[in-house]
Formats: sequence, C-alpha cells, structure tokens
Amino acid sequence: MIMKFKVFRYDPENDDKPYYQGYEIEADPKDRILDCLNKIRAEDDPTLSFRMSCGHGVCGSDGVRINGTSALACQKLVRDFKENEEVLIEPLQVFRVIKDLVVDMNPFFDRYNFIRPYLITKTPPSGKERPQSIEEHKKFEDAIRCILCACCTASCPVNQDKATGAYIGPAALVRAFRYLFDSRDEGSAERIALLDNKDGAWGCQTKWMCTKVCPKEIPVTKEIFEVKKLILESRKGEE
Amino acid sequence: MISTNFQHGIIIVGAGLAGLRAAVECAENTDVAIVSKVLPTRSHSGAAQGGVTAAIGNEEEDRWEWHMFDTVKGSDYLADQDAVEIMVRDAPRVIYELEHMGVPFSRNGDGRIAQRYFGGHTRDYGKKPVKRACHASDRTGRVVLDTLYDQCLRHKVKFYPEHYVLSLVHEDGRYVGVVTYDLSSGDINLLAAGALLLATGGCGRIFKTTSNGFASTGDGLNLAHMAGLPLMDMEFIQFHPTGLYPLGILVSEAARGEGGILRNSLGERFMERYAPTVKDLAARDVVSRAILTEVQQGRGFEGGYVHLDLTHLGEEKILEKLWEITSFVRIYLGIDPVHEPIPVYPTCHYIMGGIPTDTEGRVLRDESGTIAKGLYAAGECACVSVHGANRLGCNSLLDTLVFGRRAGLAMKEDIAKIEHHPISDEPLEKAKELIGSLFDNKGPEKIDIIRRNMQSLMMDHCSLFRSEDSLGTGLEEIRLLKKRLKNIEIVNKGRYFNYELMEAIELGHQLDLAEVMLLSAFRRQESRGAHFREDYPARDDNNFLKHTLIFPGREVRYKPVAVTRFRPEARVY
Repeated sequence: MIMKFKVFRYDPENDDKPYYQGYEIEADPKDRILDCLNKIRAEDDPTLSFRMSCGHGVCGSDGVRINGTSALACQKLVRDFKENEEVLIEPLQVFRVIKDLVVDMNPFFDRYNFIRPYLITKTPPSGKERPQSIEEHKKFEDAIRCILCACCTASCPVNQDKATGAYIGPAALVRAFRYLFDSRDEGSAERIALLDNKDGAWGCQTKWMCTKVCPKEIPVTKEIFEVKKLILESRKGEE
Repeated sequence: MISTNFQHGIIIVGAGLAGLRAAVECAENTDVAIVSKVLPTRSHSGAAQGGVTAAIGNEEEDRWEWHMFDTVKGSDYLADQDAVEIMVRDAPRVIYELEHMGVPFSRNGDGRIAQRYFGGHTRDYGKKPVKRACHASDRTGRVVLDTLYDQCLRHKVKFYPEHYVLSLVHEDGRYVGVVTYDLSSGDINLLAAGALLLATGGCGRIFKTTSNGFASTGDGLNLAHMAGLPLMDMEFIQFHPTGLYPLGILVSEAARGEGGILRNSLGERFMERYAPTVKDLAARDVVSRAILTEVQQGRGFEGGYVHLDLTHLGEEKILEKLWEITSFVRIYLGIDPVHEPIPVYPTCHYIMGGIPTDTEGRVLRDESGTIAKGLYAAGECACVSVHGANRLGCNSLLDTLVFGRRAGLAMKEDIAKIEHHPISDEPLEKAKELIGSLFDNKGPEKIDIIRRNMQSLMMDHCSLFRSEDSLGTGLEEIRLLKKRLKNIEIVNKGRYFNYELMEAIELGHQLDLAEVMLLSAFRRQESRGAHFREDYPARDDNNFLKHTLIFPGREVRYKPVAVTRFRPEARVY
C-alpha cells in the first residue's frame, strides 16, 4: 500500500526555521513506522535524521510524535493507519530540536540523574543476596519496565508549559518510585527531600498524558501519586 | 570540521554491559570515559531477555563444575577451559554483586533470586535440565544495563554519547587513543588514553534476519583488525532458534525455560527426536538446525517457520515471566501468545568469535599470545574464548560482567605504570581526510542496496548450513560488493546527525567482517557447534580442535585450544 508522510524538518546549518516535507512510499501493512522512515531515507532523502537502535521497543531511542501523540516509531505499524491518510511525524515536544526528529536529551538525563537513580543502602549486604519477597518485588515491578524513551515527559502539559517547565517530569519520578518502593533501598529520606517541592513530585497536575502514551504500559500517574502519598506520610513521621 | 584533543586515564568504547562494568570497576580512582555511538542505555545489551547463569543453587542443587561442563560441551569443546573455569567460578559473585548494586531480580517463594531452566544447562553432567538462569522477568539485560548506567552516574563517569569511533591510535608500540566523529556536531576529536577498552558488541546486522539492533555493525571488531590485529573464530555465528517470524526479533529461550514447546506443522514436539534427554532445552545450534531440518523436510509452515507453543502455561505465568515477548508478539503480529502459538524461525543472534584476548581482557596480537600494549577487549566483540563454537544462553551476560570487570582491573594496574605523553595529531588529520574523501566520492552505487545484497548473500552462503562451493561463491560476491562500495556517493553533506555518512563507514566494516567470516568458514573443513558443513558433517578433533585466526592480510593461522578438565567427547543432548 502507499503511505503518505508529512515529516518535520529542520537543519540548523541551512534552515532559518522548521518546515514540513511530504513523502510517499510503498509499505507493507506489517511494516513499522520506523521501517517507513528508513525507507524514506534509503530511497528518497538521505538527509533525514532520526534516532534508532533496537527496533522493537526496548532501547527507547525512537520516541517521536506520530499524528500529535508521543510514541515509539518501532512500535507503531502501518496497519494502524488508514491508506492515503497523511501521517504526521514530528520530534518529541519539550526538548530542543537539534536536527529533524533528533532532540537534545541532555536535560532529560540530567533530571533523571537528579533523583539519585541508584540503590542507596546503609546496612552492608551479607555475602549473598538481600532477601525480597515476591510481594515486595511486585510493588515496583511495573516501574522497572521503563526504557527512558521520554515519551511521558515530552507529553506532559506541565513540562510543555514554559512557566512550569522546570518540573522534573514523569520519567524521573517513575525511576524515583522504583527506588522508593524497593524494599532494599534505604535512601527514602534523601530522595524525598529532593522531590518534596513544586518542581518535584508536586509539579504533577494529574493530567494522565504520561500514562496514556507510555509504550511500556507503566501506570505512571498512579506511581507519581504513590510518591506524593509517601512524601505526605514521611512528613507525618517528622511531626 | 572542528577538532579537539581530550585526555583520559582510560577510554572505553561501547556503553553496553561489558563497557559499563569495566567503567564501574575503574571509576572510583581513575579518570575513565565512555565513548558510544548511541545515547546511554540504548546499547544492545539491553535487548537481552532471559537471564544470567550462575550455579547459586537457589532452586535446586547446582555446582560450578556442572556449569563448566555444560559450557564446554555447549561450545562443542572449542572453548578454552581455563577461561571457562574462571567465568563459571566467578558467576555467583557476579550475581550477588548485581543484586547489591540494585538489579531487580525476580524472586522465588523464599525471597531469594529466582532461577529458571535454559538451553544446555544441566545437572550432573547432562543428566537433566537445571534451574541456573537468574533473571528479571524477560528484561534482564535492560535492567542490568540500567543499574550499571546508574552506577556510572553515581561515580560521575564521563560519557561521550553519539561519538562514532573512526580509528584506533597506535603510537610507539602502544594503543593510545581513538579518533571519534561527534554525530551531534560533525566535529572530529582525538581522545588519548593510557588504556583503551573495546566493548563494542556484535555484528548481527551483517545478516538479513537478525535479532540485533541497528547499531550492531561490528565496528570495534574491524577497527581492531584494521589496526593490525587478528580476529579469532569468526566462522562461529549463532543463530538463535526462536526469532519472531518474519521480523527476526528475539523471543527468549526463557519461553522454553518456562515450559514452552516447539511444534512443527503436524503438531509434533519435534525436539524429542533431535535431543531425547533435554528436548526443547538443547543448545541453540542443535535447536536451530532442527527447526530448519523440519522446514526442509516439509514439516514447517508456509514461509519457513515452526510454532513456539506457550498456550498451556496460562496467562498469569506468561505475563509474570514473559511480559516483554508477549508484548512483542501482540504488537508486531497481532496475535496473543496466551491463546495462540508464536511463529518462530532462526535469527542471527551472536558472534562467538572476535578480538582475541587473554583472561584479563588484554588483546593478543598473534597465536603465541603476544600482548597488544594498551588495548583491551571485552564482551561480544572479544573472544576469550568462553563460548567456543556455540554459546549457551545466559552465558553472554555472564561473560560481559566477568571479563568486563577483569579488563577494568587490568587497565587500572596497567595505567599506574605508564606516563602520559602528548600524542601526534596525525591520526586526526587522517580521519579528516577519510571523511573528506567520502564526501567527495562520486558514483552510481547506493549504501542501502549494497547492504541489502550483503545481508542476503550472507544468509544464503554463511548461515546455518554451509558448503565449500557456497562459501566460495559467497567470498567472490563479497569481494565484488567491496569493489562496488568504492563507487558510492554520499548525498547528505550535512554536519548534524549525518547518519548516511556513519552508515557508509559501518558498511565498510561489515563487508570486511563478512569476508573474514566466509574465509574462516571456508577453511574449517569440519562441523562444530554453530559451524555446520554439509560437505564435512562430522567434527574432526584430529585436524580442527583449534582456533582460527585471520590476520589483516587474510593470512589464516591456528591456535591450540586449552583443554583442562573435559576431554572432547560425542555431543548428544
């Protein structure tokens, strides 16, 4: 079938401002949108830039906006769209566009780093593993599916609004949740101190966009809510 | 093009498990930097699903001696047994270390790390399968990658993301750095180091059907080769039995470890005929050949695949232990593995061969073990050799973690003894010339077409079943493609994220490696592990119990195998 695309283009070397370019390619209903982008690049326009790595929704490289919604280009198939429908492909919002569909991910990783994304322990481990029950493990299991694709943060209206854009964003909070609810972690107090402010967990306005777009079906909004609850409980403990 | 010089104690190329584990080892008291052509956490180690093996015996009795025997037998006796012993004895420490770092392993009812069956891993020297694979559902690689990245952040390791290495710098008898092309700016940098680790992963993208990501183009392997070093055992290319048909995406062996069964078009559990003792849990080379044999004899499905049946496992177990693959099958094929069998066929997955190293990650220049000073290799791009002619599932993550760490330790010791000195700018100028000449090149050829030709011809001539005639034809065709590559034209002259330029360079590496694979396979006139020759269907220990070394001028030499505990015997599962 013929697939039509309208793709966001911007090359800081040559373009004063971004523009959209149309492409038409022959595609199979089973092809991924990522396959289509590769086909455009191979057959039509080698100047088009976009990131990719694993091609099956594990590495998190190819987050883009497809018809306005953040998604992984390798997880959407041609058959999800109508023939002759023009599919709009744009870079993720929130982040600065470097070229075409490639955005600057440094601020994303900086915020991720801010929440101290590692197990903090005070009790030295025994020679073997720290015990953890199946139930304890289940508490944070959804969160470990996160692949840091940034679809959630890019879709968050709070992050999109310049006035509130300093919000740490859902992806960093999911990773914070992952450690806060890991029974082995003893860093709650220091992590909560980082999150208990208007640009931390309280930045979330429960708009649910993160949950809606998450390619790994993580209940992002609920997990942020759990982080807020934990912060409140920790305040009670102090009183 | 702007160019800059940077100096570090240690430079690691590749941000997968081997590279990150080495970095964590060095980070506390050494200036270590990681160069990667992708962003952090995008490396292909993240796609590993099934687990990491270690005889920690959380589910049932297990011993490192059994793990060692299985690994050696799995390798069809080509692995160096001294290296295998180091790896399997270190495995329990690796698992506890990962757990202490925070890896969210799945747990059993006792609150201990859960273990499951995996192909070729047995108790009591092959008697029956043993639960040895420690795992985090079917996303083990990803969570270990995340955890090690987090440890690197904690230790403030310097990253050069989206920097593509153009060459290794060799000066006064020592490897002293790399030249990189910064994809985000088009700048060229010279990064000097006291020691250099190649941890660049595999090269599955040389084949049409592969589980490997787009970045698995074997750059590190060929950079070493271009810098004068041999490549070892490159004929041994693993085809994983269960690639999702027709995409080739990995469907973890964990599916069979959890009880999944392979069935042909008659509904038969055909592995009973090929591996009567362990059946679906035989080594990968055995299962892949069995699948293609079923297809060739008319018991496959239209298009050339078989079924992987999970339907008897129940939704709860499938979603708990196999969430990721369930999601892949639902998304890409639109079918639900809870209720329907999964179409699978063999997919190129792993290269057992690579840059020859000793057990401390030091790269070896020749068959007598001369050290290439300053240069180290670990992970899939290295060949220690612990996998020999066929790797067992879950032994690759173990390999990256054991030998990544050992390379880190060795580099720390190494750089304490040397003094830094400024290095010449010549390699930088050469790299600029290379890029300039690629941009100036004119001709009718296209990267994509040459690449697709290469991928198809490698499937036809160098995959599961091989023969002298076919390999010879493959060699001729690859050499023609190498000539055609000289006539490509790079249309994109831009400096920001110019992937066309990078892919032109990658394709050069891929074609060189394809030639090395074909030549290694052509010369090995026997069948062993993943290398099956229709014209020499038996293993020949008298003539070929030895490692192949291909040198840059395409000279072929051999190196003996270290046999310590287990004498070669017939390999039956």
